[in-house]
Amino acid sequence: MAHASDPTQFTLAEARDALAAKAISARELAQAHIDAIARARSLNAYITETPDRALVAATQSDAKIATGTARPLEGIPLAVKDLFCTNGVRTTAASRILDNFVPTYESAVTRNLWNAGAIMLGKTNLDEFAMGSSNETSYFGPVVNPWRARGRNDDLVPGGSSGGSAAAVAARLALAAIGTDTGGSIRQPAAFTGLVGLKPTYGRCSRWGVVAYASSLDQAGPMTRTVRDAAIMLHAMASHDPKDSTSVDVPVPDYEAALEPGVRGLRVGIPKEYRVEGMPPEIDHLWRQGVDWLRAQGAEIIDVSLPHTKYALPAYYIVAPAEASSNLARYDGVRYGHRAAGTDDLIGLYERTRGEGFGREVRRRIMIGTYVLSAGYYDAYYLRAQKVRTLIARDFTQAFQACDVLLTPVTPCAAFGIGAKTADPVSMYLNDVFTVTVNLAGLPAISVPAGLSDDGLPLGLQIIGKVFDEATVLSAGRAIEHGADFKAAPQAWWRT
Amino acid sequence: MTSEQTERSARLIEGATGRWEVVIGMEVHAQVASKAKLFSGAATEFGAEPNSQVSLVDAAMPGMLPVINGYCVEQAVRTGLGLKAKINLRSVFDRKNYFYPDLPAGYQISQYKQPVVGEGEINIDLANGETVSVGIERLHLEQDAGKMLHDQHPDYTYVDLNRAGVALMEIVSRPDMRSSEEAAAFLRKLRAILRHLGTCDGNMEAGSMRADVNVSVRKPGAPLGTRCEIKNVNSMRFVMQAVDYEARRQIDILEAGGSIKQETRLFDSRTGETRSMRSKEEAHDYRYFPDPDLLPLTFDQAWVDGLACALPELPDEKRARFIKAGLSSYDASVLVAEKEATDYFEQMVAEGAEPKAAANWLSNEYFGRLNKMGLSISSGPIPAKSASTIVQMVSSGTISGKIAKDLTDIVWREGGDPRALVETRGLRQVTDESAIEAAVAAVIAANPDKADEVKAKPKAVAWFVGQVMKAMSGKANPQAVNAILRRHLGLSEDG
Repeated sequence: MAHASDPTQFTLAEARDALAAKAISARELAQAHIDAIARARSLNAYITETPDRALVAATQSDAKIATGTARPLEGIPLAVKDLFCTNGVRTTAASRILDNFVPTYESAVTRNLWNAGAIMLGKTNLDEFAMGSSNETSYFGPVVNPWRARGRNDDLVPGGSSGGSAAAVAARLALAAIGTDTGGSIRQPAAFTGLVGLKPTYGRCSRWGVVAYASSLDQAGPMTRTVRDAAIMLHAMASHDPKDSTSVDVPVPDYEAALEPGVRGLRVGIPKEYRVEGMPPEIDHLWRQGVDWLRAQGAEIIDVSLPHTKYALPAYYIVAPAEASSNLARYDGVRYGHRAAGTDDLIGLYERTRGEGFGREVRRRIMIGTYVLSAGYYDAYYLRAQKVRTLIARDFTQAFQACDVLLTPVTPCAAFGIGAKTADPVSMYLNDVFTVTVNLAGLPAISVPAGLSDDGLPLGLQIIGKVFDEATVLSAGRAIEHGADFKAAPQAWWRT
Repeated sequence: MTSEQTERSARLIEGATGRWEVVIGMEVHAQVASKAKLFSGAATEFGAEPNSQVSLVDAAMPGMLPVINGYCVEQAVRTGLGLKAKINLRSVFDRKNYFYPDLPAGYQISQYKQPVVGEGEINIDLANGETVSVGIERLHLEQDAGKMLHDQHPDYTYVDLNRAGVALMEIVSRPDMRSSEEAAAFLRKLRAILRHLGTCDGNMEAGSMRADVNVSVRKPGAPLGTRCEIKNVNSMRFVMQAVDYEARRQIDILEAGGSIKQETRLFDSRTGETRSMRSKEEAHDYRYFPDPDLLPLTFDQAWVDGLACALPELPDEKRARFIKAGLSSYDASVLVAEKEATDYFEQMVAEGAEPKAAANWLSNEYFGRLNKMGLSISSGPIPAKSASTIVQMVSSGTISGKIAKDLTDIVWREGGDPRALVETRGLRQVTDESAIEAAVAAVIAANPDKADEVKAKPKAVAWFVGQVMKAMSGKANPQAVNAILRRHLGLSEDG
């Protein structure tokens, strides 16, 4: 095996095959990752490490492999965004208000993974309550991107909100990770760290046990080093869950098998509205390359229009905060989580608990959300945003009459410096310009690493597909991966 | 003026500046009779240990999601059908946002703009025999909140979440009631409908039915006045007290030159008064929006039609049937007002009692006894089967009406089979003319002066009837006694 000397370099598929071939034990695989995590604390990728639990699980996996009863992800060590509730393991949402919260229950998605034999290495850092695009809003401090610009030592952001999961997989601190994507929170950090990030169709993965940010947009998905790994992960994560009323009862195909057909005859739409003003030439260049790769593999390229795209970002920043303002009302210091000390009246308890417990960005979004739902403003903001949402979904439906998938950039720029955008929330929000439309329409989309910026930082391309057509999204993503032949990896400068 | 307006003018309230009309609308919260909560599988049993019936969803733990309880939806639709209301095939659950410790999620899941049930109506039957129609504006499903416990600790307030998430139907009436009597009659009729449907147990003491009463006053014919909402009025009697007090309070303010402030008021059952709770300005902005965790509630007409076909007979239909069977409109209304009374009556009839006679026995013999002892019909001592037997024995002439009273007392006190009691205690009515003749002759012989008196004043024959009945321990057939007495005294037969 190519990576037997350092099993953290395996892709998930390679590790699976190595485990099956008994070229490595699950315990060795887990231990290698535990060691790597211990030497990478400066990245701040994990909030909570669970090495003991991982080793116990790995021992059980080895027993299963030995008896020939291995499950699909037997012994695969994973990182879990600390937004998924994990039974007996602290779950913080990167917020002070939950910094002592230990669930007594396991989220549906993580339960699926553990039932498939996967092993948890720990809970990864994120923007507080998944609100952010740089992983700088975490109560536990920012995550550092394992990538650095060519010839520089400045710390860069890994993107967000699933920044810890992205850094962990990019720095080989896990074979794969799971994240959640509300407006780009899987795809944008995947692009910033040279990874594959898949946001499935809304309703494909259960939201049960995932700390809610914006319920109508949140969706769990995998972050991996290859498209194949994403296919393997999604198959294990997805399920219909009667406990989530928005979960949809559709068959979960064998995505890995569906990678093979390629893109011959596939109609790929290029939405002209994504060619935004001021887009850096390197992004535009990458996009054109993507077109060339797909065309070279037999895809048909079609120009399409998504006319309401420009309204997506403002609509997103109304809908998401509105839902968040209500979803986060439960964190009141009464039943669990942080409670302010020394208050003797109810209003004081609420104000102090929530004032202390929530960071600036969360407070900002709660206030925006409260405002847009208020009497007299509801129609002008929330209702209009919902109408925009309908129009955006219709744009996609119409475009998909002419094409099978869409190809767009993931982000308008590469990873930026820590602190570079924190003073200007609007410029931060602009990071989501290419990703939020997909969440508003509930569609599946994948971010695939496609090249390096002029500074040597990873950039991604996005494939957007039809509802529940993750299989085509993955096979088109595989074609991008094939065309780009992205082999770059960050230097392990963080190792202690 | 229409006849209805004329009737209703009798209920106007006399004030210093003339007569006032009170206008009443009601919002009734009726707990759905369901073993599980509206959005979680937790139990709903009343009186359980605090916080013993709380699921992760009810406690609003992070990441928990609501799942609609289909049984509760079905009961809401059945109730809508019972209220002759429009069933909305698509309705939406909304979040009503406010902070309070008994509301774990910080929002109540309710239905705001698109309720499951639309407009309907209820006919209420008043003591004077009049029937008034009260419009139903809507019925929607929502979650109940938990309960604050202030008396468990000197320094702390505790929260019991057993009720949190329990399914409620909020039933909103139009402002169609014009007196406290109508308000109470509305609540009574609504309760009867719910109990006939089995969609709510109607137990007001346990809080499974609570009313918020909106009251305003106006001069007859004037536009609606400013209303006050009186919260959580928990019995028919309190509804009447609260309306009467509130109407008088508002009239006094208006007549003193003041104006009514729109506000929410609390009814104090100890003093019978209402007091201010919060003004309109202090009212919450609930920031309603569709709950993104739940899909819209949709069903097809065929399903609704199926439920409609399977509805049980409702109070109005029963009442019409009872009247057709010979009951007075008043008796019929009384019998359908309480589900237990209806069931009891119907069982008596099913066992063979003639309906009119059964209704008479209930209103003349049984209800009074129950009231005196503070018993409900279901906790009363005489089974419907025994009651039916007593009534049938009177109808067949086996016992007299007088004996029926005594027999009712015996069965009430001691229980037992009425037919056997009649035999063992010799209560059978005597229709044997020779026995009556003998008794009549004896009584006349013992009272010669009275006999002369009766011949001059035939109405006094009643005294003789009484004496003969007494002599025969009440077992004689009164008609036979009367006839034989008249013959012996030489009076006309029909006097």
